Amino acid sequence: MILRAAHKTGLVFFPAFDWAISPTHPEREERLLYTQDQVLEEGLLDIEGIEEFKADLVTAADVQRVHFCVPDLWQVMTESHFISAGGAKAMGMAVCDGRVACGFALVRPPGHHAMRIVHGARGFCNVNNEAVMIEFLRAAYGIRRVAIVDTDCHHGDGTQDIYWHDPDTLFISLHQDGRTLYPGTGFPEEMGGPNAVGRTLNIPLPPHTAEEGFLYIIEHVVRPILADFKPDLIVNSAGQDNHFSDPLTNMDFSARGYARLTELLKPDIVVLEGGYAIEGALPYVNAGIILALAGLDYSKVAEPGGSLQQKRQPAEITRRVHAVAEQVCGIWDQQAVFRERAQNGDPFQERSRSVYYDTDGITENQKETVRICDACAGALKIASHASPGLRIMAVHIPLNACPDCRQTARKWYESADDRVFDLVFLQDRPADKLLTRKRA
Amino acid sequence: MIIGLDVGGTHTDAVLLESTGLVKAVKVPTDAADLFHTVETGLEEISAGITPREVRRVVLSTTLTTNAVVQGKVGKVGMIVSAGPGIDPEFFRTGAHYFCVSGSIDHRGREREALDTHQIRDIAGRLKAADVRHVGVVGKFSVRNPAHELAIEETLGEGFEKVFLGHRIAGGLNFPRRIATTYLNAAVYPLHKNFFEAVRKSLRERGLDVPIYLMKADGGTLNFASAMDFPGQTILSGPAASVAGAIAAAPAGEQCLVLDIGGTTTDMAVLVDRAPLLNPVGVQLGCYKTLIRALDARCIGVGGDSAVRVVGGRLDVSSQRQGPAMAFGGPAPTTTDALCVLGEMESGDLSRARRGIASLADKVGKSCRAAAGEVFDLACRRILAAANDMVDQINSKPVYTIHELKEGLQIQPRKMLLMGAPAAVFARRLQALSDFECAVVPRWEVANAIGSALARTTCAVTLFADTEQGIAMAPEENFQRKVGRDYSSRDALTEATALLKRKALAKGARPEDLEVEVVEEAAFNMVRGFATTGQNIRVKVQVKPGLIHEYAAICAQLARPQDGSTCSWIASSGNPR
Repeated sequence: MILRAAHKTGLVFFPAFDWAISPTHPEREERLLYTQDQVLEEGLLDIEGIEEFKADLVTAADVQRVHFCVPDLWQVMTESHFISAGGAKAMGMAVCDGRVACGFALVRPPGHHAMRIVHGARGFCNVNNEAVMIEFLRAAYGIRRVAIVDTDCHHGDGTQDIYWHDPDTLFISLHQDGRTLYPGTGFPEEMGGPNAVGRTLNIPLPPHTAEEGFLYIIEHVVRPILADFKPDLIVNSAGQDNHFSDPLTNMDFSARGYARLTELLKPDIVVLEGGYAIEGALPYVNAGIILALAGLDYSKVAEPGGSLQQKRQPAEITRRVHAVAEQVCGIWDQQAVFRERAQNGDPFQERSRSVYYDTDGITENQKETVRICDACAGALKIASHASPGLRIMAVHIPLNACPDCRQTARKWYESADDRVFDLVFLQDRPADKLLTRKRA
Repeated sequence: MIIGLDVGGTHTDAVLLESTGLVKAVKVPTDAADLFHTVETGLEEISAGITPREVRRVVLSTTLTTNAVVQGKVGKVGMIVSAGPGIDPEFFRTGAHYFCVSGSIDHRGREREALDTHQIRDIAGRLKAADVRHVGVVGKFSVRNPAHELAIEETLGEGFEKVFLGHRIAGGLNFPRRIATTYLNAAVYPLHKNFFEAVRKSLRERGLDVPIYLMKADGGTLNFASAMDFPGQTILSGPAASVAGAIAAAPAGEQCLVLDIGGTTTDMAVLVDRAPLLNPVGVQLGCYKTLIRALDARCIGVGGDSAVRVVGGRLDVSSQRQGPAMAFGGPAPTTTDALCVLGEMESGDLSRARRGIASLADKVGKSCRAAAGEVFDLACRRILAAANDMVDQINSKPVYTIHELKEGLQIQPRKMLLMGAPAAVFARRLQALSDFECAVVPRWEVANAIGSALARTTCAVTLFADTEQGIAMAPEENFQRKVGRDYSSRDALTEATALLKRKALAKGARPEDLEVEVVEEAAFNMVRGFATTGQNIRVKVQVKPGLIHEYAAICAQLARPQDGSTCSWIASSGNPR
């Protein structure tokens, strides 16, 4: 018997063994140490058809394709962020170059709480690794339709924010109910901006959802919707904090459950997000995901206590899981109706909100304006004021913007009053460049 | 005086060295069916007429264990494997007598499931009934806690000739490789033992009652007694011997590629400041991926006997050997025939070589000489492409810290040392076609035997400490002790270095050659519930591979080419034909 991957599988491992948010923070040097031990001891890198790639750094342009960094990118990113996003990018390139069929970027720090505008760190994240990777792949390989399935226990609010208006990106987040966990968002009613209604799907799950519940959602909600959406690329933001032993969350998922989820989801690229049960969960969950991606048997992967007490979920939880599944499928099926209702015949729409950067203690107030458009994601401008911090105007021209939206956005940029704003940005995606003006 | 002997595929070389230089070199044909006879003949010829007591040591490099493994001519081995959860250990089955048993140790060395001693006793009985006398015992994470392997050994009891324990074979993590490596050590043991005991007897009968050393795959040596405990380390020592032989000619303080151009293949390795780069995990032999320390070497299918053909209207140097060159009676035109046509070979039948190359030249509408030139350049370009690939692969090795990503060793060798029959002519052309500065290893014909004779005794020690659990351990050394919370990575390094020195001396190293290198040094704060509870420390140290200091004078002398000129590097202006 020779162990051979059913399909070529790539792995980028960047544990950042010399980087931490602070010495005793969950996001510290030790986080992937035992995962590395397990991966090495199991001999996963020796399996025929599993290939390890070296993480590389992303460029400033890669980051600025996604984010507005305030005051600039050097102030909000550390070296480790460049490498973590670079690890995802390296994995994406290996997949898009056809060197492997699928791949797993086991990198840290994570990124799914990083929004389009970055004044600092929130939820341990500064830069959105998946978005930086996806937008690079779109620019370099001409990929258009992308689905992101976020299976971290926390709502992927950063990724949701970045893709809120993009009809070409389907963002589905499974997470512990926001009423019981950071960041407190991610309800089914959050279903995308007026130009992309139904392209954001939130599936909040009650605490103590177990394997049965997670796999039910994947099989009855996520898979049918993916089949309908027909993405060119499926990205999985794979947080591992739904594990029953995670110290920050309240779910009852297992290592083998994660492997089965991966097998069902068939993602092209998996990117590690959170997960802080560094000894009892991560080594086994990661081994399970790698085996599942490679199409190998994972039935003997088991964490301590996992095989003995196969977690069962109470009937009440099953009922609530089924109810949310039905609600989300309804949104997907009725998206045209919801879209018309959301657009309401308006030429522009505004929303105001406040964003809290828990890691850095910053409060940001945003006023966002989007041009309602049936031809593209719509011109977008965001007036943002951080406290402590700067007042900025960020204007975004989407990648496939129509001429009208391009013109609107340029006018916004030119007319922004640089006596009011410290910085005015124009993210011109069709031209793949970022323009910046400073306070006069 | 030192005797070095290297058994190659077709020839066996032996040299006699003394402090003033190379005294004598002999070459005898290798009889693959009777290697003992080959070694004996080589030793007899090289030691003829010398005073036995002047010989200080004999160093041997043989293909004995390598051939036995490749040809599957190894003994019965019982394997007892304790995996616990993870990949099904059946995938790593080594043969009929392979038993997966209960018991599980986790990544921090904590017992997760106990052993079942009844199960082990039962297996012991079955192995004895099947007349299995050599056993390998391997547990997952046994290098974090060898208790289960030790308990299995004890339960097996008397009645087996030798039991090999996984944690003693290598200190690194990799369960499947630990199984393969332990198996190979047990599998070649009887053969190795019989062979080298016979060699020792034969040397003694010749009056040569001197220390015997064996060459290893990492370019170092180990003494006779240690080799009995780790016979697997002698696997694939041949290429290592050649590279060791090139060290004397390599530039100090610089990076350099070493190429050995043979009949069918070209072997490549890298020297950094006269020390070979080692494979970070271990060598692969046939289907066995192991934890055996070895050179980071590549082998490409280009050599003097590579068959040349026309594919799609163009000349092509294939990776296949169909026989010797036509100039030497072979069936098809080869690279060597092209060299003959170009007037670069002194021997061989020029008319046959011309006929071979001309048949290809006609098909591509070129003159015979032009075709020969193109063939030679194709071979050179394939070698250069492979050399660049090798450098790229080494540089794209994943790293796990920001520091290494930014400051890690990037190799960019600008020099190339060549060995093998066409070394001189290839050196000139490779230099003309590339930015490499090329040179031929002086006395490359016997560099393998010289390398064996002069290689240092090498070894490594891996030490792991977990101060939360209060333990420090070096599994290979059977070393484990309690440590306090204040045990630091500096303490670990000091402890590992002391263990390394002790180990190296026991394996036959000379004190002046104990150049210690830190291969790995990492310490992690272990945080549980927002408080630091201990340190997780990993340290690996090794004796830097290289040549023995004792013979520095010989090295200097060997680095000079035989014609008495001072430098063998080709003038950098190049020397195109």
